[in-house]
Amino acid sequence: MSLTANDVTQIAHLARLGIDKQDIDSYTKDLSGILDLMTQMSELNTDNVDPMAHPMDQVQRLRVDTISEQNNREKFMSIAPQAEAGLYLVPKVIE
Amino acid sequence: MHTKSLTELAHGLRSGDFSSVELTQHFLNRIKKHQDLNAYITVTEEIAIQNAMAADARLTRGQVEPLTGIPIAQKDIFCTLDIKTSCGSKMLDNFIAPYNATVVEKFNQAGAVHLGKLNMDEFAMGSSNETSYYGAVKNPWNINTVPGGSSGGSGAAVSARLAACATGTDTGGSIRQPAAHCGITGLKPTYGRVSRYGMIAYASSLDQGGPMARSAEDAAILLQTMAGFDPKDSTSVDLSVPNYSEGLNNSLAGLRIGLPKEFFSNDLNSDMAAKLETAINEYRKLGAEVKEVSMPNLRLAIPAYYVIAPAECSANLSRFDGVRFGYRCENPVDLSDLYTRSRGEGFGKEVKRRILMGTYALSTGYYDAYYVKAQKIRRLISDDFKNALTEVDVIMGPVTPTPAFGIGEKIADPIEMYLSDIYTIAINLAGLPALSIPAGFINDLPVGLQIIGNYFTEDRLLNIAHQYQQVTDWHQHTPKGFE
Repeated sequence: MSLTANDVTQIAHLARLGIDKQDIDSYTKDLSGILDLMTQMSELNTDNVDPMAHPMDQVQRLRVDTISEQNNREKFMSIAPQAEAGLYLVPKVIE
Repeated sequence: MHTKSLTELAHGLRSGDFSSVELTQHFLNRIKKHQDLNAYITVTEEIAIQNAMAADARLTRGQVEPLTGIPIAQKDIFCTLDIKTSCGSKMLDNFIAPYNATVVEKFNQAGAVHLGKLNMDEFAMGSSNETSYYGAVKNPWNINTVPGGSSGGSGAAVSARLAACATGTDTGGSIRQPAAHCGITGLKPTYGRVSRYGMIAYASSLDQGGPMARSAEDAAILLQTMAGFDPKDSTSVDLSVPNYSEGLNNSLAGLRIGLPKEFFSNDLNSDMAAKLETAINEYRKLGAEVKEVSMPNLRLAIPAYYVIAPAECSANLSRFDGVRFGYRCENPVDLSDLYTRSRGEGFGKEVKRRILMGTYALSTGYYDAYYVKAQKIRRLISDDFKNALTEVDVIMGPVTPTPAFGIGEKIADPIEMYLSDIYTIAINLAGLPALSIPAGFINDLPVGLQIIGNYFTEDRLLNIAHQYQQVTDWHQHTPKGFE
């Protein structure tokens, strides 16, 4: 299975991942090669197999609904690229 | 002092042969002397000396644990409070972690000394430590070869004695493969045995932290501190932790070893096959029985892994958006530009490749064909192991197809690089514990023997490794120039 440069551009858009124009071709080639490797999976019939999402087949553990975390808001915001008055700043979204 | 085992170091500290400050300074000097290996991203010299002084005070008071005063280093994937935690990426080059990973917290409570943060493949994605934003790590056995990855800094640091021991993480072989290439002992525990809280996520259903040390005896001490239930990690398993050192000397008489014929096919390098045969003969002498087992679905482990891991990675790494922490691009024109350029500029090529691959595998129209199919194959591979482990106690095999390859040799070809994980990734898909121990040399480069056990049998794996290390000395060899 092979991808086109347009496919890669579309996938990169879905992932909000900037890719330099001059690199599109090499990603297209690499991803197509990786997809070829993936097609080996279709050799095997898996019709009656349950998908395995987790090695332990665990049930989600629940906990008592009490506050366990401290409020570290200032510490967490101190490492933000841009923050002011307790808010994270981003470019204007609404005109 | 750097040649001593953890037990010998603990004894030396307790009997006053040397102080933790002296020991720590000794390791800091070695780190400086050998900085061209590029094993460390951050050396926390001041913190190390403070930790050592606190440990010396604790030693005087007699409040000692096995790791009190011992200088160790953390893979830079574990969050360390107020210390840069980069995960080998430009994306987190400016990230000062606001909290400690549970594993780091446990080492702090044990009184261990924090030497610094070890180099790694970017976001743990790589098998050679060449994808790090901070540059490749060199293998102390031959500086033109890779140390393996993704815990390449950990492998190189322990091998070159730039730390008494280290932590690593293993998503598809990232503890075992560098352990094999660097001639040390590395254990990937059962999924859920070691807390993942504060361990930066790559593929959450596969990631597991573990010890990287000079011997099984040292790894047992390290795992004792790392293992255990953590309410902060929802996939942590609530099972009591055995004493990992207690059973190290148990006899191996009657041990049933399985050799998967799929591991020992004609594809296996003949030098590697010969080394493994010699190692397995040692086990025969120790009283083990050896038989062939078959795991027919193993051959599909690579395609299944390279769907599942990138799919989980594409979801996990969506948190890096340039808004709350980490890298942000200059002068974004709007929010979309901020996301797209911050991520495009902050991530390296291999990380981008896996995000793209995972995004594709999870996208409408392809989800069933790739992601669900891979999860079904994951079940079949896991069943293969379950079946084999009813016939035998442990499975043995190679860790890597060849000894360490050259720096630059495989980096241009991602598929060639992925194939170097062929013997390790199936174990992560199944969630089983496995370790790598040194089992000889090919062309002066170390090779590893992999031992895979049933769920939560880390104690037995360490016992089996330790018994081998009682009758061989491969684990005691030191690379030239680092004695």
